[in-house]
Amino acid sequence: MTALAVRLRFARTGYGKVGLAGSLLLLALIAVGPLLAPYDPSAIAGLPLQHASRQFPLGTDGLGRDVLSRVLWGGRSIVGLSVLATSLAYAAGASIGLLAGYTKSILDPLLMRAMDVLLAVPPLLFLLVLATGAGRSIPVLVLGVATVHVPSIARIVRASTQEVATHGYVEAAVARGERLPALLGREILPNVLGTVLADAGIRLTASILILASVNFLGLGLQPPAADWALMISENRGGIALNSLAVAAPALLIAFLTISVNLVADAVARSLGTSTDRKRVAR
Amino acid sequence: MTATELEAPELVLVDVPSRRRRHPLVGFVLRRVAAGIATLFVVSILLFAGTNVLPGDVASAVLGRDSTPAGLAQIRKELDLNRPASERYWSWLSGFVQGDLGSSVASQAVSGEPTPISGLIGDRIRNTATLALCTVLLLVPLSIFFGVLSATRAGSPVDHAVTGISLGLISLPEFVTGTLLVLLLAQWLGLLPAVSLIAIGASVFTHPSILVLPVLTLLAASLAQTTRMVRAGMLEVLRSDYVEWARLSGHRERDVVFRYALRNALAPTVQVIALNVQWLVGGIVVTEYVFGYPGIGQALVQAVSARDVPYVLSVGMLIAIVYIALNVLADLLVVLLVPKLRTAQ
Amino acid sequence: MNEHALAVDDLRIELVSGEPVVEDVSFRVGHGEVLGLVGESGSGKTTTALALLGYARPGVRIANGTIDVAGTRISGLSEAQVRRYRGRLISYVPQDPAAALNPSVRVGDQVGNMLERSSEKEAHVDDAFELVQLPTARDFRRRFPHQLSGGQQQRVAIAAALVCKPAVVLMDEPTTGLDVVTQANLLAQVRRLQRELGFAIVYVSHDLAVVASIADRIVVMYAGRVVEDGPAARVLSEPQHPYSLGLIASVPDPREPRVLRSIPGVAVGVGERPPGCPFAPRCPQRIAACEESDPRLERTGGDRLVRCLEWRRTPTLAPEWRAPSGALPSRPASLLAVEELRAEHRGRGDAVVACSGVSFAIAQGECVALVGESGSGKTTIARCVAGLHAPARGRVLLDGAALAPLAAGRTPDARRRIQIVFQNPYDSLNPRHRVAQSIARPAQALRGYSRKAAEHAVADLLERVRLPARLATRFPGELSGGERQRVAVARALAADPDLIVCDEITSALDVSVQAAVLELLADLRAELGLALLLITHDLGVVSSVADRVLVLDQGVVCEQGAVRSLLASPEHAYTQRLVAAAPTLSVR
Repeated sequence: MTALAVRLRFARTGYGKVGLAGSLLLLALIAVGPLLAPYDPSAIAGLPLQHASRQFPLGTDGLGRDVLSRVLWGGRSIVGLSVLATSLAYAAGASIGLLAGYTKSILDPLLMRAMDVLLAVPPLLFLLVLATGAGRSIPVLVLGVATVHVPSIARIVRASTQEVATHGYVEAAVARGERLPALLGREILPNVLGTVLADAGIRLTASILILASVNFLGLGLQPPAADWALMISENRGGIALNSLAVAAPALLIAFLTISVNLVADAVARSLGTSTDRKRVAR
Repeated sequence: MTATELEAPELVLVDVPSRRRRHPLVGFVLRRVAAGIATLFVVSILLFAGTNVLPGDVASAVLGRDSTPAGLAQIRKELDLNRPASERYWSWLSGFVQGDLGSSVASQAVSGEPTPISGLIGDRIRNTATLALCTVLLLVPLSIFFGVLSATRAGSPVDHAVTGISLGLISLPEFVTGTLLVLLLAQWLGLLPAVSLIAIGASVFTHPSILVLPVLTLLAASLAQTTRMVRAGMLEVLRSDYVEWARLSGHRERDVVFRYALRNALAPTVQVIALNVQWLVGGIVVTEYVFGYPGIGQALVQAVSARDVPYVLSVGMLIAIVYIALNVLADLLVVLLVPKLRTAQ
Repeated sequence: MNEHALAVDDLRIELVSGEPVVEDVSFRVGHGEVLGLVGESGSGKTTTALALLGYARPGVRIANGTIDVAGTRISGLSEAQVRRYRGRLISYVPQDPAAALNPSVRVGDQVGNMLERSSEKEAHVDDAFELVQLPTARDFRRRFPHQLSGGQQQRVAIAAALVCKPAVVLMDEPTTGLDVVTQANLLAQVRRLQRELGFAIVYVSHDLAVVASIADRIVVMYAGRVVEDGPAARVLSEPQHPYSLGLIASVPDPREPRVLRSIPGVAVGVGERPPGCPFAPRCPQRIAACEESDPRLERTGGDRLVRCLEWRRTPTLAPEWRAPSGALPSRPASLLAVEELRAEHRGRGDAVVACSGVSFAIAQGECVALVGESGSGKTTIARCVAGLHAPARGRVLLDGAALAPLAAGRTPDARRRIQIVFQNPYDSLNPRHRVAQSIARPAQALRGYSRKAAEHAVADLLERVRLPARLATRFPGELSGGERQRVAVARALAADPDLIVCDEITSALDVSVQAAVLELLADLRAELGLALLLITHDLGVVSSVADRVLVLDQGVVCEQGAVRSLLASPEHAYTQRLVAAAPTLSVR
């Protein structure tokens, strides 16, 4: 009851409401959009770079594909891959953080030094290097974005674990001889979760940001995929002829990142932390 | 035991370092710089591994569909792909340290001659530095101004405006901000050039207007971020016990803010700004690409597209050096500004 | 000159929502008088004190009332106007000087900034430092707060409060966080300064014993109201309000082992105050009228005021001395023995010795206390006994058999027989588990109970620790500090232990709640024949619960013996200092 109240409290703030409404709207668009698309998003439907018309409400792109259909399809990759990358990052980062934070073995300094090094590389540079060495593919992109998050998640979980481990209830469990899985699972993880979740929203925003940026640079998803970031990149050349082909996906990405970030900020505030000091990785 | 005996004051003085031959900070600076260099070393291994060891034949990737067996062999020879990775790493690193950044493979594929990278990037570095400097020169005063303004007026309409706008801007990727600015200012209003085309070798200062859109784009997100962080730091200080005590001691509000609060908010502010300048690195790469700005970031993206391994490696290393140097600098500045850290051993 | 140094009338402070935090507060402080403002957490004492400076923390506002300091009205002024009087007419000594001194301003400047710019500023600062017996060397004044000890930091704050020679000095729990000897020194010094300079003091504290040592007059607050006001000696010896009586009866005395009497029930928070007298639900002498109307503060003669309809029925204070426990020393069978224990903390590089050469034994049903100041190594010893810290040398024996150093290596039976309860009530229970889950777990893990049997036992255990069975389904966040510590005790009892290690379990609790927990421990010993290892810094707690005591000074046992004789005639110099410095309500 109380736990649920905490979880829903964020929706009470003004920004939280706006963000939640925006996010739900976009999710609906992304889910239902492909069903409404009038054309196959990768099929050439007409002449290239046409203005908006009844036949093509947002015009056509440089290859003559229907911009509206591509916009309706183009949110799936950005949202899906970001959620996937963020979840992977949490799975890895939380495990590393829990182990490093609780077991005072050689593992801790070793893991943390490795994380320090990863933190010392600008995220975008890391992804560019990865694209150079490992090529451009969806798995590389997702794993790369996930890896960017792992160090900071691991650090937060580790610090939180170390703090929780000094609490009386954990010590009481140690004193009664509970085994490691029970200690981590019953006593520590549930109490670290709040701190961890407070960050999840802002990390999702960061994932969307960096993933879209890599796609925009043409180093992630490859044509003919319908993806908002990629569309901006592809259609920039024809901006003078059909600016809607650039404006529509750009506004949608802006709408998406702002909505998600408003929710993230409200959630963090309702959990008693502030995102002000946190960084949106770029 | 009587009460008078109790009245003896405790004269236990905390051990404070007196004058000594070497200032305690020297040791700290040396340690921090050494740690930075050690990190750089590990990062160099990471970069090399990332570009060279991962799967995929670099040579065929460089040449793409135009590969001929002869061309492939030529590239392999140029990249020394026949030698073990560790040997190649050492020769690259020793060359890099001595200023030999290697040769661009992509340009070789075009011109047939290996072009030294150091010759290709001089102008670009200057252009990027100009762009970064312009941004930072605006970012620092503006973020302090807005951050302090908003924190000292917490809850007011000004504060709501600052936090609301920054919350929106903070989450916009540079390429979206840039694209929207181009659409609005260049395409629809026709005020500014949409792309930054200048002659090779010419200074960006010959066409200062091409700087406007890239700087605005970079500022949008970084200013939002920095302002929020400065505000948070300042708020924390304003809520502290010592600010309350200063008020309760009858100090003027102006003194409370400027003499008591700001002095303590300075260190976190400097740190925050340094971090945000550091984070500009990623933004600059994207922004340069958006506007076709002839900087090092745009070149890096092109090199990645062409899988020009030596180029990516050397430019990547240069970026990492700047990134880590800024990090070290931020740490040192903070230690200088906080008495508790400054006087610690 | 005005008759009073400070006159407060009809003060009302509310939350921004209009909920009263403090209401109908009036009192007087004479020139050169020390007023002790006493109350437990939530009584509104700090809020009241800050209001005397015309200051309200964010979220609250001063709604009504007048405040006159030495004849100058400082209420109803704008922030800019009242600011000029702060520090000059009435000054403030903060609770936690480590947080209140500005970390980046040199201590000399912190005092100097109180003064207007003048050529004699330096000399004034010198004088102020000398007054509080701080070094006046320039080198010392140029230090930053973190380079001073806790006692010195508080002296700097006092110097800053005195430098402008105000008529009234507000002290808000100024000795919190200081050890007892430093506290005693500081109190003696404050008293001396006050006599020399003649300023009045409003001394805010939850600690009646500390207030007793310094105040001329005492004002007791409960639920935002003054419930009793009178000369200190009279209030302490013949309290007229049942709450004051309860409070005094729950203060343990370090000299005279006394049976503690706790106040039933829980203090009411802001916004949950009942109509009528807010103390009525906990009051043994309430009548029907108490629940209808809030009584007024009534003059009872002899310069005393009390807010109680039935104050004439308040019983006289009758301290009950604790009977010396029977033939304890002669009991041969020792349950737990600690032999030549040495423990270290490993930081980076070198190890810090927490304690060394510590040996003691605890018999079945005996209560042994380990006393020492912070850093004396007492908690580390407790952790070694519980198997949470591996000793560097020495052994812990249970029934004569050596135990493994860490809990994980001990047999389940050994783990069952030794239980531990921790200091901080806010982290001793898992916030994600219901009370029933927390209590049932040891029974399942250590006694092999089925889930059902363990849950069945929960109701009994809650009753054992005097908690209603309905709390079983609550989360710790819904409990008060005292309730949490009881649940932690119930969790320890669930293992059916022979020994409970109590690590400062009452140090974070209000004194009336502490009394209730200590009462509970005494009852449990009688009912279950439990042995206790009590870790505490408070000699009062020792004297009200323990049979034997070991005094630790920097990791070494400097004196040990039966509680009564050791406290009455301490032999070691350190123990003597500790006993002399311990605040007490009894007349010296």
